Amino acid sequence: MPEKVNLEFKKPRSLRNVSTHYCPGCGHGIVHRLVTEIVDELEIREKTVAIAPVGCSVIAYDYWDFDVSEAAHGRALAVATAMKRCRPNLVVFTYQGDGDLASIGIAETLYAANRGENLTCIFINNACYGMTGGQMAPTTLIGQKTTTTPWGRDPAKGDGFPLKVSELIANLPGVCYVERVSVSNPQNVIKTKKAIKQAFLNQLEDKGFSLVEILSQCPVIWRMTPQEAVKWVESEMIKTFPLGRIK
Amino acid sequence: MLYKGLTKIIILDSRFPYKKYMSANKKVLITGNEAMAEAALQAGCRFFAGYPITPQNELIAYMAKRMPKAGGVFIQAESEIAAVNMVFGASAAGFRAITTSSSPGISLKQEGISYMAGAQLPCVIINVMRAGPGLGNITPSQGDYFQATKGGGHGDYNLIVLAPSTVAEAFELTMLAFDLADKYRNPVMILTDAFLGQMAEPIEIKRQRPKNKNFKKDWALTGAKNRKPNVISSLFIKEGVLEEHNKKLQEKYKSVRKKEIRYKSLNLKEADIVFVSYGIVSRIAQEAANILKREGMNIGLFSPVTLWPFPYKQLKQLTADKKAVFVFELSSGQMVQDVEFALDRTLPVYFYGRMGGEVFSEKDIVKFVKKKLTYAGKS
Ligand SMILES: Cc1ncc(C[n+]2csc(CCOP(=O)(O)OP(=O)(O)O)c2C)c(N)n1
Ligand code: SF4
Repeated sequence: MPEKVNLEFKKPRSLRNVSTHYCPGCGHGIVHRLVTEIVDELEIREKTVAIAPVGCSVIAYDYWDFDVSEAAHGRALAVATAMKRCRPNLVVFTYQGDGDLASIGIAETLYAANRGENLTCIFINNACYGMTGGQMAPTTLIGQKTTTTPWGRDPAKGDGFPLKVSELIANLPGVCYVERVSVSNPQNVIKTKKAIKQAFLNQLEDKGFSLVEILSQCPVIWRMTPQEAVKWVESEMIKTFPLGRIK
Repeated sequence: MLYKGLTKIIILDSRFPYKKYMSANKKVLITGNEAMAEAALQAGCRFFAGYPITPQNELIAYMAKRMPKAGGVFIQAESEIAAVNMVFGASAAGFRAITTSSSPGISLKQEGISYMAGAQLPCVIINVMRAGPGLGNITPSQGDYFQATKGGGHGDYNLIVLAPSTVAEAFELTMLAFDLADKYRNPVMILTDAFLGQMAEPIEIKRQRPKNKNFKKDWALTGAKNRKPNVISSLFIKEGVLEEHNKKLQEKYKSVRKKEIRYKSLNLKEADIVFVSYGIVSRIAQEAANILKREGMNIGLFSPVTLWPFPYKQLKQLTADKKAVFVFELSSGQMVQDVEFALDRTLPVYFYGRMGGEVFSEKDIVKFVKKKLTYAGKS
């Protein structure tokens, strides 16, 4: 018997009925929706606390209808650590960009993961700094042009290599789950939702640190149309950041 | 008997029954660092995050032993930056929270402190000052006065800054700090130094009831059950909103200035010379005043307890009929600016200080005062 599918289109309870400030074709909006769908499905809205980053999603609390705290740039996992340790019955997740999580906040990321904090971390990898206008991020691809790598990222010039945070933290014993997904087509969106759900379930089951890395399109900074942007994720980004379960 | 009144030596390891000894009106010999840690616990603080740095390590060690037993959370953070942001999270969850460090570590915490002031999150920060700038050294200093009282982090905010001068006062002011933090929803700093942090003094711990239950934290993040979602944020993007928010903060600071000024004074009525100093230095100054008194001079003592808000008016009023004011500090004379501002050139102000962790004695003060006064008498 095929599962009964509910085809009625509804806004999740946890998502506010407002328009967002995100650019057309931005991946943030899709992930916001997925997160709120899962919060609804798991019926945890009344005990969820999100930690919003500094980055394009800094005002996520205008869109999410549950408790949210800000965190200084890069420090979301430190704030989340304390929140969860103080109130273990809450479901605490961070939502962070690649500059936030992998550059200025890499110490907080590694240490929260290494302590095995029972947290869910949603990591938006858009290969650039969106909010500040498109500088090189730790995840910027080799050859990718940004305002601070005008000729393309070049490790030979000292720009460094794309940082694979998921592979890095998967080695840590405190980490229970790491998966890299994308929101570049409907199938991948469904996979992303599954991964996010798993990361929340792990927390509900006290399993430790879960991270879902989501390759997310940023058409404006990439100087692409939304269609070109999703194609670029699939043709270029996944070469450096292959999709799939890492741990 | 080992020492008059001392009958037993007890090692304070993790098996020590702290609760019994630290509550029942008992006299204990304890260092400033440990007294402040104990006071935080007795004030109902249930979250500590910190990073090792001398001269406040005794405080972290004490918290590591005691906090879990008190049912609270202790985290040795990966850095002072992480520690202060953890305190942000604990405070946002509605917990009484503290982080402690010494000068270089306090510099690292400034962004987080500014965020908490902006988001109106209560917390207590202890700075056991050491000498700077840079790595400086680990000996006593008061060189962080500007940082503590004039900002430190970015933006228009103030910390309430309390300066104890004895171990007993360190205990009391730490208890008070949590109440002030909750009352005003603002970070409060205890500004002390390597001297007081590591010095042991006997103190009597009275049984006190933590007042944290008096403060309703309906803004805290506890899950949006039967209420609208709460948001903790210091971000105000829409035009004019940040200025309105800042005006509200300024109103709050105004009321702190009005209600929370604290200072100590001694012998000010009869005196014609006044010594102004804070923290450990006020005790050295008092010794010097005693020596000078025996030599026929009449010295009064004024010691601000709240460095912010500074007791400008009180200092001015209490010194109105005096001849001169002396300021002593373990710094280049950072508090002198506030003293001069208070006195507004009505009196000569002389400053004597040492830096780099060097501590002057009461004899040094006596020598300086005599020299200045004979010189002033001649001119
Ligand atoms: C301490 C500090 N440094 C720098 C900034 C400026 N800043 C704001 S957002 C940002 C980068 C955001 O990039 P990312 O985390 O990748 O998120 P995105 O905007 O791409 O979603 C920077 C550098 C800041 N707010 N605070
Ligand atoms: S800059 Fe990029 S990440 Fe930011 S809102 Fe626009 S598309 Fe999204």
